[in-house]
Amino acid sequence: MKKPTEVIDVEKGASELAGDRVTVGVATCGISAGAAATLSLLQEANLGMLVDPVGCSGACYNEPIVTVRKGGVFSIYSHVTRDAAGRLIECVRECKICDELFTATDLSEMEYYKKQQRLVMENCGIINPLKIEQYAARGGFAGLMEALYLEPKEVVEVVKESRLRGRGGAGFPTGMKWSFVVGKAGKKYVICNADEGDPGAFMNRIMLESDPFKVLEGVMIASYAIGADEAFIYMRLERPLSIKMVRKAISIMEEKGLLGENILGRTGFNLKIKVKRGAGAFVCGEETALMNSIMGQRGYPRPRPPFPAEKGLWDAPTVINNVDTMANVATIMKIGLDRYKKIGTEKSRGTKTVCLTGNIKRPGVIEVPFGITLGEIVYGIGGGTPDGTKLKAVQTGGPAGGCIPARLMDTPLDYETLTEAGAIMGSGGMVVMSDRDCVVDVAKYFMSFTQQESCGKCTPCREGTMRLLEILERLTEGTGTKEDIELARKLAIFVRDSSLCGLGQNAPNPILSTMRYFMDEYLRHVEEKTCPAGVCKSIIVYTITDKCIGCGNCVRVCPAGAISGKPKSKHAIDQVKCVKCGECYRNCAFKAIERNGSKN
Amino acid sequence: MKTIDEILAKYRDRSELIEILSEIQENFGYLSEENMRRIEQVLKIPLVEIYGVATFYASFKLRPAGRHTIKVCKGTACHVKKADTIQNCIEELLNVKDKETTEDGRFTLECVNCIGACAKAPNIMIDEEVFGELTKEKVEKILKDYKA
Repeated sequence: MKKPTEVIDVEKGASELAGDRVTVGVATCGISAGAAATLSLLQEANLGMLVDPVGCSGACYNEPIVTVRKGGVFSIYSHVTRDAAGRLIECVRECKICDELFTATDLSEMEYYKKQQRLVMENCGIINPLKIEQYAARGGFAGLMEALYLEPKEVVEVVKESRLRGRGGAGFPTGMKWSFVVGKAGKKYVICNADEGDPGAFMNRIMLESDPFKVLEGVMIASYAIGADEAFIYMRLERPLSIKMVRKAISIMEEKGLLGENILGRTGFNLKIKVKRGAGAFVCGEETALMNSIMGQRGYPRPRPPFPAEKGLWDAPTVINNVDTMANVATIMKIGLDRYKKIGTEKSRGTKTVCLTGNIKRPGVIEVPFGITLGEIVYGIGGGTPDGTKLKAVQTGGPAGGCIPARLMDTPLDYETLTEAGAIMGSGGMVVMSDRDCVVDVAKYFMSFTQQESCGKCTPCREGTMRLLEILERLTEGTGTKEDIELARKLAIFVRDSSLCGLGQNAPNPILSTMRYFMDEYLRHVEEKTCPAGVCKSIIVYTITDKCIGCGNCVRVCPAGAISGKPKSKHAIDQVKCVKCGECYRNCAFKAIERNGSKN
Repeated sequence: MKTIDEILAKYRDRSELIEILSEIQENFGYLSEENMRRIEQVLKIPLVEIYGVATFYASFKLRPAGRHTIKVCKGTACHVKKADTIQNCIEELLNVKDKETTEDGRFTLECVNCIGACAKAPNIMIDEEVFGELTKEKVEKILKDYKA
């Protein structure tokens, strides 16, 4: 059997990583901040050193991020836009630190990374995602090598013992899932679910754009363990860059003989990995719907059992794991059980990649050990909510998840505790809500999402989500009643208990969890017909009281030109022109502006 | 541009239907009745099945689209960062609503669930290029400068 190091020039990768080198993060979030222009400026500058595009290090709030290693000195620079790149280039030429853009000399110095533990994302933002030499130089394919030394059954045992749980949402033990398929005769398939559809979750995109080889290595280990010779990666259409990267990575591995027949000289280990693109249907993240989609059909889910392990693609036994799970498999095989077992909690082992977004100072993708509290994530890593706002809740798990209020920020991050708190881990999306976000509006937002994405096959989900959405619309428009709230609660429980697949079963979670913690806000929408956060515009009216001294500040901040009045006399708001943004309300130094009759 | 038969020549299996439809749409901008009938003839897939798949998935278009597609992200992070304002702003500037195409055929507007650039919310994607941390002013500039 050959070692991967015999087909990959590891020394070249190692010397590139250790030598003089400039990197620019050009994953999707980097590009949206203008990193593509930065990269081409640096490449054209003839710096006499390697200029490497890399993926995303997770600190999206600092994009575009550039790192420079020259003469043994390493520095990280943030916000290197097209305009700033010229000044950085000057400094690099003169072997100086560019103070105005300088952030740190190592990731570990940054507050953002102090509470993180990076195992799965260890290469993200560091290696050129398409240089297999660099991947191997950072220990890539060591996990595969470990697996190939073992019998397939033993690999399944290792994954079982690691207690790795599926990172896609439900948290089902991965090793157990594999063991259902082991020993079954005939054709078997592995599917990597990269149909990352939860709004607010993009860790799979970051992995696939920043370190595709790691995910593919995990797919190889899974295929070897269960004896599959064909694997699919089902990818979401709205991730064009991920699709490109994975396709290129697969062809590089084919060239090197890491995919194909008798891989690395191991007789009988054959594997073909194919990319399948989705076409814009959220329900296809559900495993039975996803399989129908791979087979070219409408993405309808079907009842389980039979589970995919018995009857999957073309009725053959099939294992389906999420991108993050696959990357974890590669990590576990690489670092070994002894080290892995020490990370996280007893029931939720290892680390979790989390997307931290919404109203937070430092949004991005982080990797933390299970057991860390939500507060440590929101305040310690994310830096809290923007100035002048207060934390209200953290929404976890996307449209299937729930809101956890600010007072419960000592809740530890693990599968069981989040479920008890009425939310779910889900894929790991975490949207931070401040006191300027309305929970009823967020519940309505998610309900309109699931209503649109309901495939229509089963009645409770198809009709139930529509009726729930109508009730929430009434509440946010000020025509709802107290009975509506009770009706919504009952209907939500009914939809949860009687829908066919996970989409419908979890769709009511956002309503149920917000009702559990924020019933007072629901009640104010029906009793006082007001929205305390100032979001539900159709029920808000701003008025100016006699406290107004006519300073004119509100006139200046109003984007709609709706406020008028003579200097030093009481002003008035033209209700037709008012867009209800609340700028005047927040900026009045004399608290002279009222929202629905309640004072500023 | 490839002809429909050149595209179909690559495919044999009905399990590739979604790929086939995607490639036709990338090539012609949308899925015409004529092209769907041609798939039926060449690959012997019943038209009802082709139409069924074409109407199930949100990204397939049955009517011609503009030269560029603007996707307004309506993900959670974008929602709390006021993606509605961005959508309204584009609707006003281009005088179109969701899923409509401008009179000059330059842009089609589409609201999509999440493009996964949440940390840079609110976002839009024009064709395959993502623009983040948008404000009304930035949107105006992007649309004005965008290629015809």
